[in-house]
Formats: sequence, structure tokens, C-alpha cells
Amino acid sequence: MSAPIDTAFDIRLTDTTLRDGSHAMRHQFTEDHVRGVVRALDDSRVEVIEVTHGDGLGGSSFNYGFSLTPELDLIRAAVDEAKQSKIAVLMLPGLATIHDLDQARDAGARVARIATHCTEADISIQHFEHARKIGMETVGFLMLSHRATPEELAAQGRIMADAGCECVYVVDSAGALILDGVSERVSALVQELGDDAQVGFHGHQNLSFGVANSVFAVRAGATQIDGTLVALGAGAGNAPTEVLAAAFDRLDVKTGVDIQGLMSAAEDVVKPFITRMPVMDRASIMQGYAGVYSSFLIHAEHAAERYGVPAYRILEEVGRAGYVGGQEDMIVDVAVQLAERGVTA
Amino acid sequence: MQKKTAAIVGSGNIGTDLMFKLMRRSARVEPKYMIGIDPESDGLQRAARLGLTTSAGGVDWLLAQPEKPDFVFECTSAKAHAANAPRYEAAGIRAIDLTPAAVGPYLAPVVNIDSLSDVPNVNMITCAGQATTPIVAAVSSVVPVPYAEIVASIASKSAGPGTRANVDEFTDTTARSLEQLGGADRGKAIIIINPVEPPMIMRNTIYCMIPPEAAEQGPAQDSIASAIASAVSRIQDYVPGYELRVAPQFEAARPDWGGQGRVGVWVQVKGAADYLPEYAGNLDIITAAATRTADLLAEKMDSAVLTAATGN
Repeated sequence: MSAPIDTAFDIRLTDTTLRDGSHAMRHQFTEDHVRGVVRALDDSRVEVIEVTHGDGLGGSSFNYGFSLTPELDLIRAAVDEAKQSKIAVLMLPGLATIHDLDQARDAGARVARIATHCTEADISIQHFEHARKIGMETVGFLMLSHRATPEELAAQGRIMADAGCECVYVVDSAGALILDGVSERVSALVQELGDDAQVGFHGHQNLSFGVANSVFAVRAGATQIDGTLVALGAGAGNAPTEVLAAAFDRLDVKTGVDIQGLMSAAEDVVKPFITRMPVMDRASIMQGYAGVYSSFLIHAEHAAERYGVPAYRILEEVGRAGYVGGQEDMIVDVAVQLAERGVTA
Repeated sequence: MQKKTAAIVGSGNIGTDLMFKLMRRSARVEPKYMIGIDPESDGLQRAARLGLTTSAGGVDWLLAQPEKPDFVFECTSAKAHAANAPRYEAAGIRAIDLTPAAVGPYLAPVVNIDSLSDVPNVNMITCAGQATTPIVAAVSSVVPVPYAEIVASIASKSAGPGTRANVDEFTDTTARSLEQLGGADRGKAIIIINPVEPPMIMRNTIYCMIPPEAAEQGPAQDSIASAIASAVSRIQDYVPGYELRVAPQFEAARPDWGGQGRVGVWVQVKGAADYLPEYAGNLDIITAAATRTADLLAEKMDSAVLTAATGN
């Protein structure tokens, strides 16, 4: 259906510091943060930069946390700052609507990344069709990909591709996939999609496999890879963009980015404003282990404080219940139930 | 009095569940016709076995019948209802719309049935709208609610193709109903579809922004809690599986909430399992609300006839 997006390099790195990193920053990004990061990424020739509330367009809410700065202002600042890079936005059908996508397009965003739980791709059909109609490049996110078999994932990727998605991502939202689990899923998608769409991978660090999983994804045929500077992101953070760039260079996979520039962006631009360094601690490791959506972490910590139940126990229970991305509201319910059962450690 | 008759247009999950609701639980309305587009659909076959007159010929077939129903329940899609609504009205059939089309005014039986007895078309909002607007209305009956936000989670198996193709309409319509029926200045709605096995029971979380003093212990907080409890018990009259998971959670004012406080309400809706199993509370709450609405409207129609006949 759609032609490959860019064949100049082996793979394309997309930086999502200004979207996934929004979780770790409790959605408190300022226009200055955005301009600084976009300038550094643009100078380092990163082709796509994602800028949105952590939960995508319209994410500013009680359930996910209110944005300090309206996201359209941040998107406009990013567009203004970027000389070559394209600005991407994330949207979750059920949370954001086509109207939000139109506003992002009007603000200058050029890439629509549309995310559903990995078995529910058919709720995104109207959004892919619309994104293509308004001239946006499209990427599909199959969230919590560890919860679907490679075959199931391939069938869901087909639904997205048929709706107009140009690249389907295996999204390891829980940081739960380990090496072969990534290869098998990426291979199944590559085989299903052929020339109809590319395949991408988005990795988290909860079990420390973000970069290694990205390498496995590329070896299995993925051509778009996500990262964030300093790993800033939900859970224990993302595959760090600057490490991906260095590792792929050593593996002779061409990304077209300036590795030194990205290391400087991480060290000199992002690190100084981070309020909470990404870390593999008991709670975030539990997210990888129990398969919990990474952005639940800070909400679980907040509930832990209010209800006197450890965050890792809340997350373990969330994993057992099988809650999916967006169900942050269930954390309070789980915490109250645990507190009533007298769980305090 | 003789029961009023109804046609159900749309033989998917909602239409089929509604058929069972009307047959088993309505005192005043009986389903007579079931209209679909696929003669092989489970819903149409069940309806035929249960003695309804069925057709896969769409609304054209219904309007060609010599005996028109008193009510038509629209269980298709927002787009289809927008096209059908004027035709029902021209034929003098009252429409109870279970799609998010919002041709007619929003209706939640415990909130505003009394103000809507004489309109030709009422909209049952969405399953989430039925589950949440009464709670927001309860809170806003006590204190101003500048902002209300709801998160509805439904089992993947209970989300039919209509719901899946129309998530934008679902969230928009639900959000507007939080404003128009709930009384919030601004509403936001989020829907999540969860495929976990065994399927999760429908859940709704309702957050209302409230004045700082109402978030602290005191008379305003007590009034909010009792208004919520009253709304829950009135919904339980027709949806027995509707219940709070935890007591309403009041949280003190925060700077990132614009200096306002918050009350959170966690609701579970266990279905009556009239068609799909009990996890599908989302079907239950909208079909039960539609059944209750039809009964109340039929009662008003009968008493109007009675009043006219006796000259009182």
C-alpha cells in the first residue's frame, strides 16, 4: 500500500524524549525544555521527534496528570525550532479524537503515531484513514505487545496497514519482552506486511533489555526504532537514543545521526532538567516482570503514599488483573483493596 | 392496559440484549419486530425463535409494515440513526436511540426523564454516559463542578463492531452528556477496551473537580457522599449489578488542579447476563436504561389517554 519512507539509511531513529519522557517529568515540560531538546536533536539529524503529553494528545487529565503547558503550545514550539526534523504526535483512540489530530496537524505536526492495545487495532481504523487524508505520515503502535502471540500481532498489524498505517511498531510498553520474544514478533509482522508497511520497535528498560531488544528487532527486519535521551521515560525509562546510536554504529547499522551530538544532547541538554532519573528499582522491575504498562509507575507510587501499600505490590496486582494502557484509574481501586486486606509490605 | 409495541433496529449485541430485557423485564412494552441486515446474524435468528417478526430488509421493510410499532429502538450506528430518525418521526414512531447519534436530547432515567416526556426522539447517550452522568449530576446538585472526567473500561468481547468503528463519537457524546446532563462546565470521557481473560466486568471511574472546602471533611463533603449514594440506589432499581467498588475518595486541593479538590467514584457494572455474560455490564446499563425509559414513556402515554378519556 505505501512506499518505504526513507531508504537512505538502514534504520530510522525516532526520539520520544518529549513524549515518553513526559511521564517521568510528570507532564511538566516547558517550552524552553522543548526548544532545547528539539534544537539538539535536529542538529544531530534525528529525523523524527515526538512531542505530546505522555499519554498522547488529550492526555492532560485527572487520570494521567495535567500538563503544565498546553501540548499544542509545545508542539508549535517544536515545529518552530526544528529545521529538518519532522515533529510527531501520539494519539490513543478512546482518549483523543480526530479533532485533536487536526489541531496537531494545524500546529505543524507531520507524523501521526496512533496507538491501541495490541489486540484492539480495529478501533484505530477511522484515525489512520483520517491521518492519511490530512497528509500525515502514519505509524501504528501495538501497545503491550508481550500480551499477544506473534501471529496475533501480525493479524493486528494487518488491520492497521490496511487502514493506512505506514509502519507498525512492536511496542514493549511493559519492558517485558526479552530478546527472542522481540525477534519473533517483529519477524511475524515483517512477513505479514511485506512491502505494505515497515516494522518498528519501541523498547523499555524495566528488565534492562531496551537496547539489546532494539538490536534484535533490527536483525529481524525492523527499520524504525524509538529511543529517548538519558532513557527519560515511563517505568525504568526507554532505550536511550544516544546508546542506540552508538551501538548501531558499532554494529555497522546506518542511522544517519550524529552520535557525538546525541551524547551531548543527553548530557548537556536533558540531564540538567531531569527531576527524576530513570532507574531500575523494585517497582519498575516488577513492571517488566509482571507485564505492567510502564506509565503506571508514578501513579502507583502516589497511591502507595496515600494508602500505605507498597508500589511494587500494587503493580504486581495490576499485572495479575491484566489491566491495559490507559487504566491508571484502577490503581486506586487496587491500592484500596490491598489496604483493606492489610497488605503493607 | 395493552402493552405498547416496539421494533428493534439492529441485531447486534445491544439489540439482542435489549430484546431480552424487554421480554423479561418490561411491564408495558413488548418487542414485536427485529430488523437487521444480516439474515444469518445470531440476534435475528434468536428473535425469530422467540416469536418476533424479523427481517433483514432494514428500515424500509419496517416502514412498509401495515402495523407500525409505538416505539423504535435504534441499535445500529450513529450514522444510520441520523439517516433513519426523520423517517421514524414522519411515520409517527417514537425513537429511543441507543447509538451516540444524539439526534434527540440526552436521557438518563434517574436524571431527566420527567423533562422529556413529549419529545419524538431521545438519545440514551452511551453505556458510559448512563453509568456516569447520574454521579456527576449528584455531585453538581451539591457543589459547582467546573470539570468532570470519566474513564470507562469494557471487556473486548463486549465491544461490537459498531462501538469499535465509532470510538470518537462515543467519547464526544459521553463528554457532552457530562456537561448537559451532569452539570459540569466541561466534560471529558475516555474509553478503554480490555481483552483480558476471563473478561473484566465493566468499570467506570468518575472524577469531579470540586471546591477546596468540599474536598475537606465537613457538611459539603457529607452532602456529596449522600447524593452519590442516593443516585447509586436509584440506578440499582433497574441495574441491580451497579455498585461502588470503594467509598468515594475525596482529595484535597492541589495547585496542578487549579487549586481545586477532587472526588473520585469507582463503579462496577455487573450485567444481568440476559444475552452476553455478566461481564458485559456496558450492554446491560444502556439496554436497561432504554427499557426503563420506554416503560416510563408508555406510562405517561397511557395516563394522557386516560386523562383525555375521562375529561379530567
